[in-house]
Amino acid sequence: MQGDDRSIAELARALRERSTSSRELVAASLARIERFDGALNAFITVTPEQALAAADAADARLARGEGGPLTGVPIAHKDIFCTRGVATTCASKMLANFISPYDATVVERLAAAGLVCVGKTNMDEFAMGSSNETSFFGPVRNPWDLERSPGGSSGGSAAAVAAGLVPAATGTDTGGSIRQPAALSGITGFKPSYGRVSRYGMIAFASSLDQAGILARSAEDAALVVEAMAGFDPRDSTSADLPVPRYVAELGRPLAGRRIGVPPEFFDAGLDAGCAARLREALEVLRQLGAEIVDVSLPHLGLSVPTYYIVAPAEASSNLARFDGVRFGHRSTAAGSLEEMYKRSRQEGFGAEVRRRIMTGTYVLSTGYYDAYYLQAQKARKLIAEDLRRAFDRVDVIAGPTTPTPAFRLGEKTDDPVQMYLNDIYTIAVNLAGVPGISVPCGFVDGLPVGLQLIGPAFGEAAVLNVAHQYQCATDWHRRRPADPPAGAKR
Amino acid sequence: MSGGWEPVIGLEIHAQLATRSKIFSGAATAYGAAPNTQACLVDLGYPGVLPVLNAEAVRLAVRFGLAIGASIASRSVFARKNYFYPDLPKGYQISQYELPVVQGGSLRIELDDGSSRTVRLTRAHLEEDAGKSLHENFHGLSGIDLNRAGTPLLEIVSEPDMRSAKEAAAYMRRIHQLVRWIGICDGNMQEGSFRCDANVSVRPAGSTQLGTRTEIKNLNSFRFLERAILFEIDRQIGVLEDGGRIVQETRLYDPDRDQTRSMRSKEEANDYRYFPDPDLLPLEISEALIAEVRATLPELPDARAQRLVAEAGLGAGEATLLTASRELADYFEAVLAAVGPGHARLAATWVNGELAAALNRDALGIEAARVDAQALAGLLARIADQTISGKIAKEVFEAMWAGEGSADQIIDRKGLRQITDSSALEQVIDQVIAANPGQVAEYRAGKDKLFGFFVGQVMKLTAGKGNPAQVNELLRRKLAS
Repeated sequence: MQGDDRSIAELARALRERSTSSRELVAASLARIERFDGALNAFITVTPEQALAAADAADARLARGEGGPLTGVPIAHKDIFCTRGVATTCASKMLANFISPYDATVVERLAAAGLVCVGKTNMDEFAMGSSNETSFFGPVRNPWDLERSPGGSSGGSAAAVAAGLVPAATGTDTGGSIRQPAALSGITGFKPSYGRVSRYGMIAFASSLDQAGILARSAEDAALVVEAMAGFDPRDSTSADLPVPRYVAELGRPLAGRRIGVPPEFFDAGLDAGCAARLREALEVLRQLGAEIVDVSLPHLGLSVPTYYIVAPAEASSNLARFDGVRFGHRSTAAGSLEEMYKRSRQEGFGAEVRRRIMTGTYVLSTGYYDAYYLQAQKARKLIAEDLRRAFDRVDVIAGPTTPTPAFRLGEKTDDPVQMYLNDIYTIAVNLAGVPGISVPCGFVDGLPVGLQLIGPAFGEAAVLNVAHQYQCATDWHRRRPADPPAGAKR
Repeated sequence: MSGGWEPVIGLEIHAQLATRSKIFSGAATAYGAAPNTQACLVDLGYPGVLPVLNAEAVRLAVRFGLAIGASIASRSVFARKNYFYPDLPKGYQISQYELPVVQGGSLRIELDDGSSRTVRLTRAHLEEDAGKSLHENFHGLSGIDLNRAGTPLLEIVSEPDMRSAKEAAAYMRRIHQLVRWIGICDGNMQEGSFRCDANVSVRPAGSTQLGTRTEIKNLNSFRFLERAILFEIDRQIGVLEDGGRIVQETRLYDPDRDQTRSMRSKEEANDYRYFPDPDLLPLEISEALIAEVRATLPELPDARAQRLVAEAGLGAGEATLLTASRELADYFEAVLAAVGPGHARLAATWVNGELAAALNRDALGIEAARVDAQALAGLLARIADQTISGKIAKEVFEAMWAGEGSADQIIDRKGLRQITDSSALEQVIDQVIAANPGQVAEYRAGKDKLFGFFVGQVMKLTAGKGNPAQVNELLRRKLAS
């Protein structure tokens, strides 16, 4: 049994022509999950009954000649999105028993577009991590090498798409959590501008940075799905009240005349030599397609990791205060007083990395430290955003690496949080500035995929997707598939 | 109070804004619903939910700002105040911290001695209320009711401009009057719609430095506020005069014991870790919105009182009483319009006198008055045209209050019309003079005080219906002759 290699556009066409059915696609997806997720651990929850029922409903609509361009296509949701009536755990013991009473806007919109959800994917706990090792439900394995991490925090979504379990899966990206796992897993991962996709129903990690996006096999597939999930939502005050352009319509535009900026700061000593070589080859492809490669400088890029590790934990420390054992989630049974109930419930319910970030965030917001940390970080954030804004006065997109190295071994960085944090060095600035970014496969180093990151100006998703798609028209790295892992039921 | 010490008082008043839905969710704000029936997922702080600001709450805050002559911030910021408490679902309260929506402003307060002073306001900011913890009838457990969670509040913060408990109470009354007058808060203190924290310190008279203050929390009546501050001032002076130091702390007032007691000290206080709420954009208020709100602002109490003095010729005290609430002022002006502009003093006397007493006796608000403005005007017209005397009018008023009909119906039915026929009155007077020769002799011998006796006798024989002025005049003439 092989995974289905067809693109979402092709699947949708086959569905509309009735040469396949949603039930057939969904059943095939469920079968591959059943067969291979034992090795990958990409899913926390699989929902076969709901999925097949939704597939039948999609088929009925298609039979009546109804349904849109995505009706009947299978998808999976990162377990950070609330799904009504289904466990929504955020990969935490804290929410292991939480059944959401409502759907996130992203879930609602993709369901309305006819996509069929087959289950909820594994992730780092509360999206805090870059390796998917902080999950309460165990690490996800990289389909290219089961001893390695698929990246994180959207590691389950990345592995599921890379292994052909689903054609696309939703993700969220706070500091690189879509692009980094996409790069390490050899797929396409797209994070739209902050405000483009509603955060309603997406369990908050760092509210000013979190943004939903998609992990898929190509920029074209990503464009199709993001079009369906993007757009203003009155339930999210930070969602942008702007029309969503037809991204798909822009994909075919030739690259002649496109200006692509390359910051020297992206090619620093920290970048693996093999990755650097793949990236230079990718830039050469873009140049040959007619794009002009331009030097741009992002002088404050070096501030992004420390800035991020103040802003994100600060917001997280407050966002996660609601997990107190009072109304939902884990409540310690060992507590004798209110204060003890808080302490024990949170101690028992949260993993080590989440606790570390809550403590960091609490510290930087405390009286006496707020000015030195939080306010300074806000200033640094402005400088980083300003660097990017200025660069986009001169270029249409910026190109560079997504990660410093290919996929690392599970356990390799778990004892050194700072090493782990540095894995996001090239992706974090994009979140701090709120601009869109994509990672597309651009070759291999020692059999492991390498990602090319393309960054656009705020709400300039169309340019990013256009360059990524043109690159994918000229290359076939995104079509490479890992061998199927050993079959076996989930432990 | 001990001499040599000057109290310094500032108040923080929480006024619940009269919106239909909550400040960041669509749940209803009505009081008294069954526990947790008016709390939606946003109020419950469920994972993934987000706040959306209620535009009406903003308009009401702007309304208040304009009414006190404050500046309305074109850009203000919502912040999170972080602390754990079971009735605080998110683990933080959304409030405004560094940049509040209303900045500055002032209010005039009037004191019992007729003097007045100005109290400056520091700020007023929007925030959400918490829920309620219920500790009774849960067999050792605590119940949580989140109906109130997310109810919009305007926290109104004064400068430390008050120097006595009386001034503080006068200020609290003035804010209470104003928020109801402009329709932003129902002012219901029993239901917690209007409550107050008092910051109290004392310092040696003449000092310009502030002493260490304590904060008395959750005072929900004017009387408790005054009592609590009086106690606290005495307590602080006592401590200082004994050579002690005031500890900065939060205190609670116990009305049963009429004293304040320590709740928590500064050291035990939370570090709230305020920071701007990333879920909400800065609140931007346009000049157009301010102009729109300004256009709907009613004539304010001070202006209205001044107009009553200038146009109707009332005394300042009368006008202040009549503008205690907008409904009362409206009532008065309706009476005045019906009875005619020449009778403002008469109308004021009746509204502040008989009507106020009747309302007070039956514990009714002006909106529930049993005699409406038109009916009262009908009664006053009969006084004005001398159909009845003021004394008889009180009797008629009581009958009207009891629902016996209009003034004219009652006057006719009971035959209360005043006797203004001189010959009829002279007949009665002659009778009285004839019946009391002794008193007449004494009066004529210089005992002027007996005049009242003759008036009383005439009124008795006319059942109080004799026109008092006429009776006086005729009596004087007849007794002199």
